[in-house]
Amino acid sequence: MSSLSIQLPGLNLKNPVMPASGCFGFGREFSQLYDLSLLGAIMVKATTPEPRFGNPTPRVAETPGGMLNAIGLQNPGLEKVLTEELPWLDQFDVPIIANIAGSTEDDYVKVAEQLSKAPNVNALELNISCPNVKTGGIAFGTDPEMAKALTRKVKEVSEVPVYVKLSPNVSDIVKIARAVEDGGADGITMINTLLGMRIELATGQPILANKTGGLSGPSVKPVAIRMIYEVSQHVSIPIIGMGGIQSAEDVIEFFLAGASAAAVGTQNFVDPFVCPKIIEELPEYLAKLGAEHISELTGRSWKKNERLAYYRP
Amino acid sequence: MIRQENCKIVSNKQIAKNIFEMVLVGELSAEMKQAGQFVHVKVADGFDPLLRRPISIASINEGSFTIVYRRQGKGTSLLAGKSTGMTVDVLGPLGNGFPVDEAKPGQTAILVGGGVGVPPMYELAKQLARKGANVMTIIGFQSAHDVFYEKELAEFGEVYVATVDGSYGKKGFVTDVLDGLALEADFVFACGPTPMLRAIENRNDARKTYLSLEERMGCGIGACFACVCHTKEDPQGYTYKKVCSDGPVFQAGEVVI
Ligand SMILES: Cc1cc2nc3c(=O)[nH]c(=O)nc-3n(C[C@H](O)[C@H](O)[C@H](O)COP(=O)(O)OP(=O)(O)OC[C@H]3O[C@@H](n4cnc5c(N)ncnc54)[C@H](O)[C@@H]3O)c2cc1C
Ligand SMILES: Cc1cc2nc3c(=O)[nH]c(=O)nc-3n(C[C@H](O)[C@H](O)[C@H](O)COP(=O)(O)O)c2cc1C
Ligand code: FES
Repeated sequence: MSSLSIQLPGLNLKNPVMPASGCFGFGREFSQLYDLSLLGAIMVKATTPEPRFGNPTPRVAETPGGMLNAIGLQNPGLEKVLTEELPWLDQFDVPIIANIAGSTEDDYVKVAEQLSKAPNVNALELNISCPNVKTGGIAFGTDPEMAKALTRKVKEVSEVPVYVKLSPNVSDIVKIARAVEDGGADGITMINTLLGMRIELATGQPILANKTGGLSGPSVKPVAIRMIYEVSQHVSIPIIGMGGIQSAEDVIEFFLAGASAAAVGTQNFVDPFVCPKIIEELPEYLAKLGAEHISELTGRSWKKNERLAYYRP
Repeated sequence: MIRQENCKIVSNKQIAKNIFEMVLVGELSAEMKQAGQFVHVKVADGFDPLLRRPISIASINEGSFTIVYRRQGKGTSLLAGKSTGMTVDVLGPLGNGFPVDEAKPGQTAILVGGGVGVPPMYELAKQLARKGANVMTIIGFQSAHDVFYEKELAEFGEVYVATVDGSYGKKGFVTDVLDGLALEADFVFACGPTPMLRAIENRNDARKTYLSLEERMGCGIGACFACVCHTKEDPQGYTYKKVCSDGPVFQAGEVVI
């Protein structure tokens, strides 16, 4: 067994590194750059029942060490994802996690039912945390009862394990995490973007046409680490961690906080080869920590009785 | 093929007010084919600024290429501060440029560049001239001290300059120059600020008009949907084009600008 392989509900991962939803499209563009079969998995772009155009441009704005986006869940819609995008992805030997969004419970249920039947979808990721759409999205992610009810409904129709993606825009993330675990979630993915805003001095107006957007990139990493550290001590389902990951060292930090796999979002824009680079570098970092298998690291920051070899960068 | 490479700076010099010309050595220059393609430049090693900066390819040379940029915000200021011998992380070539192959020997092309829309016109003029097309260039700036590449473009045909304040060339916009010339051309190729592109699109100066658009970018390769625009055929619907990977060059009438 390789030191990087991981078993999670529905996912037999060669390694724990995957591109995060919305930062990799459906893989077509990145497939021009490297073999997608190298990846642990691919979290594809959010799918809604109908096609969506998304928000007006500008849709991105930069911040120190981060970026705001207000794409607005642009996607080709369920039908096209089923007939064009997923069959195209089938040529690669890589698990697919389908990200699902909607405005109503029925939207989620419909998309979940259909996508979970697609032959190459291994798991669903419920995006109940998108800050960039007016209805649905974040409402489900900030109310524990709604989050639980939605998870339960989706679990009833899904033929594959269901991961729920949590929003950091809440005062008590543990409460939401427990609610989705109660609802039957097989795993948690976290974090989605933090609601933010920038104003241009020259015009006195918000830079984003949508005014607000979701903050991602290295500046959100401490928030993600803190939330995964808290949540992982209070749930027994695995967590796929994300938020500002740029390097193999960052992946290790997410594992120490309590993650069992890691997703890379914004850094794919900065360095399109980042995922294969991290996968290549991870074994060396494991060796430095005296760990034989990466799963040994999960939650080590709070498992007090276990000490790691002294880390020498 | 798209490549990522640490390209060595051969020169980085100021050529007009806040305008810099940088020559970079890189194997990726061999992949550069079309005028109007762009590169995505990482200006700092750390993560501030985080995102790459899209900059047009101004000239493709043997083993090297040239970009011309305006020192504007944080990113381009850092780029302006770099000196010969340093390296810059470049991703490219990206996007689809101007369709030079459509122009036949003896046909006429009017190239219109506004401000930092001028740089791609240089490689375009070079390629069109090589094909035997007749090239005429109209370039527009705010003021006399902003003017660049007039002499360089004159190698390939007549050049007209417009400045908004009238301190050099014709007073007014590039469209004022076009009004005065009343030409019939086979092609108009344009790059510049959006209002300029709209004005060009609304005129009928040529059989075919191609416009190079700008939009804020995330990935630059077509994966993030940051730079998406509506098509003219379906201005409210779901069909779209991505400026980074379907463009930045579109035929007039193809997309909503
Ligand atoms: C396809 C394409 C080709 C371009 N070619 C050139 C060129 O040849 N020469 C040149 O000087 N400029 C060019 N630009 C514009 C150039 O990308 C911006 O001026 C530059 O990114 C500004 O960066 P900054 O850090 O100095 O400014 P800031 O204002 O500090 O940048 C903040 C953010 O806004 C983005 N941004 C700011 N202005 C623009 C803009 N006009 N278009 C897109 N994103 C922007 C930046 O990329 C960055 O993410 C091009 C833009 C595009 C889309
Ligand atoms: C441009 C962009 C688009 C995104 N689209 C989605 C999406 O469609 N669905 C989703 O669940 N998350 C989406 N996200 C959130 C990311 O998957 C990820 O949770 C977040 O960006 C934090 O990771 P990062 O800091 O590594 O980018 C998007 C993020 C960005 C930057
Ligand atoms: S910048 Fe990402 S799709 Fe164009």
